[in-house]
Amino acid sequence: MRRYAAPILLALFLALAAPIPSAPAIGPGEALKDAKLEDRARDIGRQLRCLVCQNQSIDDSDAPLARDLRRLVRKRLTAGDDDRQVIAYIHARYGDFVLLRPPVDERTWLLWFGPALALLVALAFLLWRLRRPRPAAPADSLSPEAAARADALLGDRGDEP
Amino acid sequence: MPSRRLLYLAPLAVFAVIAVAAAFYLQSGRDPRLLPSALIDKPAPAFSAPGLEHDGRIVRQGVDSASFEGRITVLNFFASWCTPCLVEHPQITALSKTPGVTLVGINYKDKPAEAANWLARHGNPYARIGVDPAGEIAPEFGLYGVPETFLIDRAGRIRFKQVGPITKQVLEQTILPAIETLKK
Repeated sequence: MRRYAAPILLALFLALAAPIPSAPAIGPGEALKDAKLEDRARDIGRQLRCLVCQNQSIDDSDAPLARDLRRLVRKRLTAGDDDRQVIAYIHARYGDFVLLRPPVDERTWLLWFGPALALLVALAFLLWRLRRPRPAAPADSLSPEAAARADALLGDRGDEP
Repeated sequence: MPSRRLLYLAPLAVFAVIAVAAAFYLQSGRDPRLLPSALIDKPAPAFSAPGLEHDGRIVRQGVDSASFEGRITVLNFFASWCTPCLVEHPQITALSKTPGVTLVGINYKDKPAEAANWLARHGNPYARIGVDPAGEIAPEFGLYGVPETFLIDRAGRIRFKQVGPITKQVLEQTILPAIETLKK
């Protein structure tokens, strides 16, 4: 029995660690009849922040505002907008904050490229340290007095077996 | 080797730089919760909201975005269930008495009877009231919640937006001066 304990525990941990698929917050009657269009709506919904819940997408959130935005997404899709136009429509009204993936522009360069920059700086520093010539080993640098003292000390210990 | 010892202080120096930058940012008085409003200087979204009706009687005619042209409009989203709306009601009433300004309301996700009662009790300063029972007009204006107020110029463009209640201070220091600028 004991030899099964580890695999069972491992399986349990993996099962618990697996991301729990979040139940869509979409209420009854919200989904579009056209399955393809609904898929696109879900996909767009996952890219838009529910503004009053800080860190959920409108697809995840039960908040009334998220529901209203989901409905607006579906209304725009039904009106014939492509995905990009739907997101632009909502972006124009709610600003950058509504986008879970912030746009790349001069205000967000540090956000997008900051980590890569930090990595480059760290690598450059590491290379510089590694390539620097090491100081020569201080082999012959003992002064005669120090050498004599060391000999005396080592000589004492040399008597022991 | 003293230079190597100094190197150990480098992280502390980096931290000090970050701390000083953060301190300056915090002391600058910028409210990090304030979001830049996306619709400023953009044309008000087109919409048409039916009027508020109660007991078979029209409390106010509805609101059409076409009516914004040629006049300075204050567009206020409110609801009877919204406590901050009551807080700003005196300021909204004051705005309705400001010469050269048309005050229109959008009754957001409300029951007509409750809205009508609320207006009867606290006064109805609105020239027109459109209803948005399902919250369909609100996201067109990028609304987070109620109350929110938009100042719209004669060309139908949004020039100012107040998220949350209009306090006396906001009214006197921001909105009334903005209206004066628009009148010129």
